[in-house]
Parts: sequence; structure tokens; C-alpha cells
Amino acid sequence: MDATPTASPQSSTNSAPSHTATLVGSMEGRYGEGARALIRIVRMACRYPVRFPLAIGTVVAAGVFQLLIPRYLGRAVDNATGMLTQAATVEAQDALWSAAFLVIAVTVLRGLFTLAHNYFGETIGQSLGYELRLAFFEKLQRLSFSYHDRIHSGDLITRGMLDIEGVKRFIETGILRVILLAVLIGVGAWMYMGHDIVLGLLCVSFVPFALWRGMVFRLRVRALWRELQERMSVLTRIMEENLGGTRVVRAFSAQKFEMKKFNEWQQRCLDISLQRADVRYVNTSLMTFSYYIAMALVLWVGGLRVIAGTITVGELTQFLAFMTVLQMPIRQIGMVVSGIARASVSGVRMFEILDIDPAIRDKPDARELVVSEARLAFEDVSFAYDGFAGEHTISHISFAVKAGETLGIVGPPGSGKSTIANLIPRFYDVTDGRITIDGQDIRDVTLDSLRAHVGVVQQDTFLFTTEIRNNVAYGDPWAEQDKVEDATGTAQLHDYVAGLPAAYETMVGERGVSLSGGQRQRLSIARSVLLTPRVMVFDDSTAAIDAGTELRIREALKEVNKTRATVIISHRLSSLMHADEILFLDGGRIVERGGHMELLAKNGRYRALFDLQMGAAKDGAKDAMGDDAHA
Amino acid sequence: MPWATTRMPDTVPPPSEESRRSALQPRNRRVKALSSEDTFGKVFDGNVVKRFGEFLIPYRRQIYMAIASVTIFTFTQISVPLIIRYIVDKALVVGAGGERLLLIAVVGFFFVSLVNYVSNYFQTIVVAKMAERILNDLRGAMYGHLQHVSLAFMDRTQVGRLMSRLQGDVGSLQEFLESSIFAIGDFVLLFGIVFVLLMLDVQLGLLTLSVLPILFIVRVIWLPIARRAFMHARQTNSIVNSALAENINGVRTVQEMGRQGVNFDAFEDKAADNYRAHIRATKLAQVMIPTVDTLTGLAMAIVIVVGGNMVLDKALDLGVMVAFLFYVQRFFDPIRSLTMQYTVSQRAMASGTRIFEVLDVPVEVEDKPDAEDLGVIDGSIEFRNVTFGYVEGLPVLKNISFKVAPGETVALVGPTGSGKTSTMALLHRFYDVWDGQILIGGRDVRDVTQESLGRHIAMVLQEPFLFTGTVFENIRYHCEEASLDEVIRAATAVGANDFIQRLPNGYHTILGQRGVNLSIGQRQLLSFARAIVANASILVLDEATANIDSFTEREIQTALARTLTGRTGVVIAHRLATVRGADRIIVLQDGEIVEQGSHTELIARRGLYHRLHTMNYASFDDAPGDLARLDPAGAT
Repeated sequence: MDATPTASPQSSTNSAPSHTATLVGSMEGRYGEGARALIRIVRMACRYPVRFPLAIGTVVAAGVFQLLIPRYLGRAVDNATGMLTQAATVEAQDALWSAAFLVIAVTVLRGLFTLAHNYFGETIGQSLGYELRLAFFEKLQRLSFSYHDRIHSGDLITRGMLDIEGVKRFIETGILRVILLAVLIGVGAWMYMGHDIVLGLLCVSFVPFALWRGMVFRLRVRALWRELQERMSVLTRIMEENLGGTRVVRAFSAQKFEMKKFNEWQQRCLDISLQRADVRYVNTSLMTFSYYIAMALVLWVGGLRVIAGTITVGELTQFLAFMTVLQMPIRQIGMVVSGIARASVSGVRMFEILDIDPAIRDKPDARELVVSEARLAFEDVSFAYDGFAGEHTISHISFAVKAGETLGIVGPPGSGKSTIANLIPRFYDVTDGRITIDGQDIRDVTLDSLRAHVGVVQQDTFLFTTEIRNNVAYGDPWAEQDKVEDATGTAQLHDYVAGLPAAYETMVGERGVSLSGGQRQRLSIARSVLLTPRVMVFDDSTAAIDAGTELRIREALKEVNKTRATVIISHRLSSLMHADEILFLDGGRIVERGGHMELLAKNGRYRALFDLQMGAAKDGAKDAMGDDAHA
Repeated sequence: MPWATTRMPDTVPPPSEESRRSALQPRNRRVKALSSEDTFGKVFDGNVVKRFGEFLIPYRRQIYMAIASVTIFTFTQISVPLIIRYIVDKALVVGAGGERLLLIAVVGFFFVSLVNYVSNYFQTIVVAKMAERILNDLRGAMYGHLQHVSLAFMDRTQVGRLMSRLQGDVGSLQEFLESSIFAIGDFVLLFGIVFVLLMLDVQLGLLTLSVLPILFIVRVIWLPIARRAFMHARQTNSIVNSALAENINGVRTVQEMGRQGVNFDAFEDKAADNYRAHIRATKLAQVMIPTVDTLTGLAMAIVIVVGGNMVLDKALDLGVMVAFLFYVQRFFDPIRSLTMQYTVSQRAMASGTRIFEVLDVPVEVEDKPDAEDLGVIDGSIEFRNVTFGYVEGLPVLKNISFKVAPGETVALVGPTGSGKTSTMALLHRFYDVWDGQILIGGRDVRDVTQESLGRHIAMVLQEPFLFTGTVFENIRYHCEEASLDEVIRAATAVGANDFIQRLPNGYHTILGQRGVNLSIGQRQLLSFARAIVANASILVLDEATANIDSFTEREIQTALARTLTGRTGVVIAHRLATVRGADRIIVLQDGEIVEQGSHTELIARRGLYHRLHTMNYASFDDAPGDLARLDPAGAT
């Protein structure tokens, strides 16, 4: 409907919905994508030009040596019966000794090569994990707010933890394990069929059946696994909400209701878990059974041949021992299959994040922001959030404020006040119009320089689990203690902190002291003050601070404010009455603007709000004087 | 889960005096905290095993069945080389009738395979299903218990830590249970092989078995070193992951402050530590492989040289030598699994300790055996000489007495820490009083069931909590019989209908963590509606201190008045407007009632209330504590 500027290079509106779709999209019908992800992981592994070929070489060697063990065992058996050396027993004894040495040599070599391929596989996996982890971390630090608005933080954390794990295990449990299985089964069959085609075929006869069951098993377990994950996440959420909202539960004496909810979902999870056990164990035991049937056939056919004199007991032993070698891979088929499945799902999820093109980033020719009089200007700015094309949160906003001046913005909830605050440091890009600082479009300068000069004090303060000092000096970790104390002094927080047992070294966060809303806001103010930005935006950041303290903060800021442009967003008029210009916002548009007295004189919305807020205070004052006008 | 692995310090500084983040959260409480989340404990903890045993009792039959199948399964495994031996020695010797004996042996082998198949299926399925069920039982027991443990415990325990017990720890007990039963199979296998080898030939058997102690000693030396490396690797995992989680949660602040570079460097260090720890753990883990292989080779060589010579000398049947070769290949499996079992049980014991710790958290408030339903009451409230506190010797409420008549609204006012929140919690019997009595409708709260008490008292908390679910489900909450009409009527009464209708799906819009987020004001309105649907005769309200804009505030005042109509109300008031709307005001200070009366009376009195009032703060709680305490003794 609206003429959304989809052609505009800065606009991310057209690319964003597709991301949303893939982020929440089901895993169904995405095998192609999964396969591409696996190929990409292999390609990444190829970037280790020494270790990767070494890993593959050693895994092949380990398989071949393992296949040689049955051969020498069989020879030893024949030696023992003296069949090959029907001459003197001394020669037979020598042959036994040499067979024994060969067996030791082959097993030791197999062990060493196994060690080598496991080691190389693991180091590649770990290096890959390390790289991915850093890339992931880097990426999510650069992703703009609009992505973080959409992506559930829990989902990002899962990707960073479990999916990286799934990808890095793929090298070992996927690639190398598959090669080993292929060598053992393929080269083994070839080696032993060369000896006796029928027996060799019988030895591996169970493999197609086992593979088929493995595939069936994989498909069914994958479906069940996904279902279980979904049900588990509901159960987890039920538990988390119950424990987090325990007061509500008790306030309504709703324990029975809650237990019913819990039991129902726990039962649902159990149903799937039991089904999964059925599928898994029906298949694994069938696979083992097929193996034993094949062995019975080898015993029978092989036995008949020994009786007929076509092969020796030693050769029969060889075939049987070869089957023993195959027992391990058969047990691992399930593991390998689910490892690959996990890696493909994890890979898709991982690359989905890594491939996001950050909507907000430096232009190739971006310059440093140069600030002289710190003149911040909105020039006919409109903005719509991603996925809400056409529904502008703010429309046609224009204003200018420079060093020494203060702009106030007021308006009912949802009128677009915070949006304005988030546009200034370019947490989002404008949909239309432009924002300039001293005449430079903020999209033409580097993000680093822009954010170094713009400070936003947000409504909600995120505390990091560290000392108060580090929390205050978050933007400048090497700040001197004096500087930190100056900042907290300005924010009227110093006295409180100094009074704590460990003062600035006190831990905050979940396991430390918990700060009240007002204290958190003051800490947030201190954080921004410390960085001495030239444009400072207070986004409703004094709401939980009492009026007296707020006044003291304002006094403390007076001197530095001469060199900086200040934007104050608040719904408390006393916080912004003193501003040089006040914008009254409603529905994303400026409905009134002017100085305080000017606006009062207008007798409009601003005046109504003023009366509403001041009325209560005046009534209070009247009451205090004993005027009993109220029932 | 990030929190599941995060290691926390054991001791926690007491929460700040000013902490106001959770509604009704009493201050200065001291409850026994949960212990820290160490990954490993003792290898065997009699107490844990005993308590765990109680959960196994209902599954006795399955356990016997599992053990029987494991044993049968193991026997079939042991008998395979014996059948081969029989074939080699009996059927394959030159002479007539070989084919028939061979056929008999192969049929026998097939039969053994069948038994193997059936017992294999049973052992795995029975054990797996039983373990799943026991896991559910354990989780259900913990969860059910947590519904009733003292609130003080819930306040000081992070949800994440409880969740890690409900999920992670329960999981490791499940793993332990499964592996223990298979360990029985390993024991049988180990002793079975040893027995069969010695039976077949004592001399060769002893010689071959001589490698066993070597492996055993090597593993005993290796295990503690490797375990330390594994533990370290795991710890670095949780360090990296919690750094990641914190950065994701605080990403906006990170970007605002331009901390990306510093954070990246710090994260890189942690990731590099993690990398190194894992490589070291790998090296240690892999060392074992050639060791075991060499020993296997050695054992085979012994069989070949010694056994082969014996065969040449006709002192040993060829089939026995072949059987020996097959046994040697399987030799080390049980030892490997059994030593693994060591780590599993260590982890399980630690998990068990943590699970039973939760189950042992005392339930302080319980229904009396003869507790009755509160029945129909008039909604009157009386506190009779109530003394109460959270820490012995430090009463928070001191000998408080007051009455609230049916239909009356009383506002509780007082500086932070004066005991308002505790008064409210006691009313609902979240805690039991130390001394005195609390009567609802003339009956002691301790004599009636908590459930019936809950039916009569509706509470609106400071920070209204929304469950994931629709608006409709949230408003009716546990009153499942409430119809959509009733819900709409309640919402309309409190003036929430308008904004609800504007939500994408109206009353069926999903709310909560993963749904639409409402402002505090809107949530507050929803919880008023919730209280109306619950249709209780008493409404207890802890007013939000959080910033609510003037527009919403007016709506809330109207809603509150509507909600209170026809109900007894106790309101912890922070806002002037609310206080003035009350029939009576009770002013608390340091756990005592210092003043009570109507707004006008109290103003005239020029005491604490007057002083709080004239300071003209938006909220009484904003008043700095020292100001409230500057008490010219005459006021009381």
C-alpha cells in the first residue's frame, strides 16, 4: 500500500521477512539445504591442508591394519596345525613366532593410526569449532537491533552452544567414521572375496540389511526426536514459568492446576521417549541378529568347505575374525547416522546466522564523524520496523538541536519516542529522510565514530555479572578510578556505591547485590556520562528516579551540557519542562512543538497533560493544608 | 541451557535492602541455599543410593527382568566362540559324519543367536523404558515438592539452578541407572570369559589373562589424570558458553557502549583456553587406544606362540586355540566399560545429592490433617498480636493487631522495610506467624486448607506475571470453568477490553515470553481482570512502583476502584491517589503500626504520614529511608 522505498539501498525491509521465515521455518523439506551445509563443513575442513589429508590417510591406514589382523590370526592357526608347513615342527614353530610378531606389529600399528586419526580429527573439529565460535560471536555483536528484536535470545544461545558442538563433531563422527566404515566394509569385502567369493559375500551379507534398518531407524528417530524436542521445550517452559511465577501460583492456590499441566506434558514427552526406545532397540537388536545369522551361514558354508578340503581351518578363522572386525562398525551405524543428521541441522542453523548480511554496517567509503558544534538534525525522518512495511512508527519528523541545547520529547506510550532514540546511534536505519550530525549523514560515517559520539541512556539497564566498577566503565574498561567516580558522582550513585561493603568491587547481577530500578538507571546514566558523548539521549531513563535526585543529576550535568546536544524523552513533564524545544508526539507524528510556556499557552494536548500531572500534586498540597474537599 | 553449566560461588551476599525487583519479596531472609553445582562427587554415596532405591521399588519386576536378560544375553555372547570351537574340533576333523555335526552346530548357533536377539531386545528396551519412567517420577517428585516449599527458598534460588536439577541432574541419574544394569552384564562377561578360558586350558588361560592386570594398572593410573583434563575441558565449556550468553543478552548495551572489540578479545581468550583444554583432553583420551591395542596384540601373540606350540605338540585342541583368539578380541571391552562406569557413578552421586537436596527442602506451611474448607465467609480480616520474621531474633512484624471489616479497603503505607510486604504474605499464609493469629472470616488461617484460602483471596502482584498462553487463558488462569463471556466481562470492568480487542488476535493473542509483550500498565489491568474472574471476597494488591505514564495511571485507578467494589481490600499503596481512595490507612514503620485512620485524620495528626505526604514524591517508596526515619518521637 504505502510506497515503501524498497529500492533504497539502506532499506532492509525486503530482505528481512525471508530471514524470519527461515529462522522459524520447519526443518521439513530442507534436506538439500542440510546437504549443502555438510558440504560447506567439509570445505571448511579442507582449509587445514596438512591435518585433513593426514586424518584421512591415517583413518584409511587404521582400517587396513585392522583388516590385516584376521589374516595373520588365520595364518597362525594354520601354522599351528602344521598344514602350511608340513615339514619339521621347528619350522612350524618359527612360523608361529613370526605370525605372533606380525600380529603384534599390526595391532600396534592399528592402535597408533587410530590414535592419529582420532587426534587429527579432533584437532580439526576443535579448530573448526573455535573459528565458528569466534565468527558467530563477531557476527552477533554486529547484527543490528532489528535482528535481535526478532531472534529469541535463547535460540541464539542454543545455536552458539549446541549447534557449534554438532558441527565440530561432524569431522570425527561424520567424515572420518564414514571413511573407516567404508574401508572396513568395502576393502574388507574386496580382500576376503578375493580369497573366496561366496564366503566373502556371506561375511558382508548382513550389511545391506543393517544399512536399510539404519536408514529406517534414522528417519523415524529423527521425526520422533524433533517431536520430543518440541514437547520438551513446552515442558521446560511450563516448569520455568511455574518456578518463576511461583507467587502467582500460590496466590491463586493453583498448585493442582499447575501439577495437572505439568503431568500432562511430562506424559506427552514420556510417550515419545518410549516410542523412541521402541524404534531404536527394535532396530539395533535386529541389526545384531542379522549379523549373527550371517555368521551362522559363514560357519556352515565355511565348515562344509573345510570338510571338503577346499579351505583350511585357518582360512575359516580368517573369515570369522573378519566378521568380528565388522561387529563394531555395525554398532556404530546408528551413531554415525544421527551424528550426520545432527550436523546437517546444526550446520544449517549455524550458517543461517553467519550468512546474515548485517543490515547496518559501514559503507565502503565511510568516513570518521567529525563533530564541531554537535548539531543533531532529523530531516523529514520516517521509520517502519521490519515486517511492518507501510506502518510507520514515526513519520516526517524534523528537528535540530546543538551543543548547549536541550530537546524534550513527550507523548503517550507507543507514540514513537523510543524509536527516535534508537535511530540516533543508528541502531536502526531510517526508512525515509535522513539524520545528520553537523551536516554529515550518519549513514556515511563509520559506526564506531558515530557511537563514540552518541550516548543513549536506555529505559532498561542491562547489568553484567561483574563488579560495579566494570559495569560503570563498561564502555571504557581502562578508565581511571577517578573518572569512574566522577561519572557515578554526576549520576548521584557514588554515595550508595561507596557505602557498600566492597564499594566499587561489589558484584552485581544475579548472584550479587540487586539494584533497585532507580539505582540501575543511575548506573546507566553513569555509564554514558563516563564516555563524554557530544550527543546525549535520555530515553525515559529517569522514570524510576525520584524528582529530587533527578534535579541533582541535572545540576551536575549542567556544565558539560554546554558542549553537548541533549535529547530528553520522558512522560514526566518535570523532567523536560526546561528544554529549549519540546515535541509532543502522538501516533509517530509531532502534534505540538515549542517551548514550555508557548505550549502551555496553546492550551492543547501538552497543557492537558500538564494539568493532569500537576493537578495531583496540587491536590496533595491542598490536602496538606487541611483542605478536605475530597470524600 | 547456559545456566545449567554456569558455576556459581557458594556464598551469596544478602540481597540489597533496596531491592524491589520482585513483588512481595521479603528482605533479610536467610534460608539454607542449594549447594554449588560440582560435576563430580563421591564414587559411591550410600545415602544417595538408598534414597534412589526408593524410586526403584515400583519397578522391581522390571529390574529383575532386565538383570535376567542381561545375564542371558551375556551368556549367549560367551557361547559363540565355544560353538566355533566345537565345530573346529568335532565337525571339521577328517572322518565321516562331519556334515551332520556341522549342521547340528550351526542350528545350535542359530538358536543361540535367536536367544541373543530376544534377550538383547529385552535388556535394552526394559532398561531404557524403566529409566525414562524413573526419570519422570523423580522430576515429578521434585516439581511437586517445589510447589510447596517455603517461598523464602524460592526467592533466593534462581530458576535456572532449579531447572538444571529438574533436567540435567535427573538425566545423569537416568544414565547411571542404564549403565549400572549394563555394568552387571559386563561383570558377567568378564568373569564368564575368565572362567571359560581357565576351563578350556588352565595354563594357556593364565598366561593369556596375565595382560589383564597390566591394563587394569594402566587405567588406574591414567584415569585420575584424564578425568582432571576432562573436567577442565568441561569447565572451559561453561566459561565460554556463559560469556556467550551474557553477550547475547546484553547485546544492546554492548553495541551502545561500543564494547565489541574488547568483548571479542576477551571471548577469543576464553575460546582459545577451551580449545587448548580440549586438545589436551583428546591427547589423554587417545593414549589409551594404542595401549589397549598393544595389550590385545600381546595376548594374541601369547595364544599364537604358546597355544600354537601346544597344538603342534597335540597338547591342545585346535578349536580351543581358535576360541582363545576370539575371546581375546572381546577381552577388554568389559574392562573399558567398567572403568567408564566409575565416571558415570561419580557424576550420578553428585546429581543424586543435588536432587535429594531439593526434595529435602522443608515444606514450612502445610495443611493440618484436619484442615477444613473455609466455606462461605464474609471477607473480614483480623491480625491478632502477630509477630513474624525471617531470621530468628529479628522480627519484621512486631505484635501487630488490626481488623478489616467486610467490604472495607485498607491501605498499607510505610517506608521500605517497614513490613508491608510481609503483612500481605502472611494474610495468604505464605508463611506461618511466630506468634499471634491471623483470622479470615473469623477463622484462623492455619485451621483451613490452603486451597480454600486461595479461593477467597485474590492477589495482584507488583509485577504481574503472565504465563505463555492466550489473553483469555491468562485472565481465567486456573478457573478453567470460566467462559469467554465472563472473561470479557471482567476485562471490560477493568477497562482492558479496548486494548485486548486491538491485539492481533484479540482474546486469543498469545502472551508471555514468546508472545506479544504488554506494558506494565496493561499487565496490571490483566491481573485485575484475573482477580475479578477468580471472584474472591478479599483482594490483596501490591501496587506497582514501576513507572507508569499518567494516561495509564488514570485507567488503573478506575480499574482498581471497580475491582474493589464489593470486596474487602488490602492494598500496599505507593501512589497518593490510591492511598486517598482507601477507607482507612495503616502506617507501618519498622514492623509496628505507628498510625492509622483516614487520610484527613492522618494529615491532621502531622506524624509520619504527613511527612511522607508533604514530600510529594510520586511513590512513598521513593522517600529516602533516612528522611522517613528522622522521627521526632512525638509523631508516634
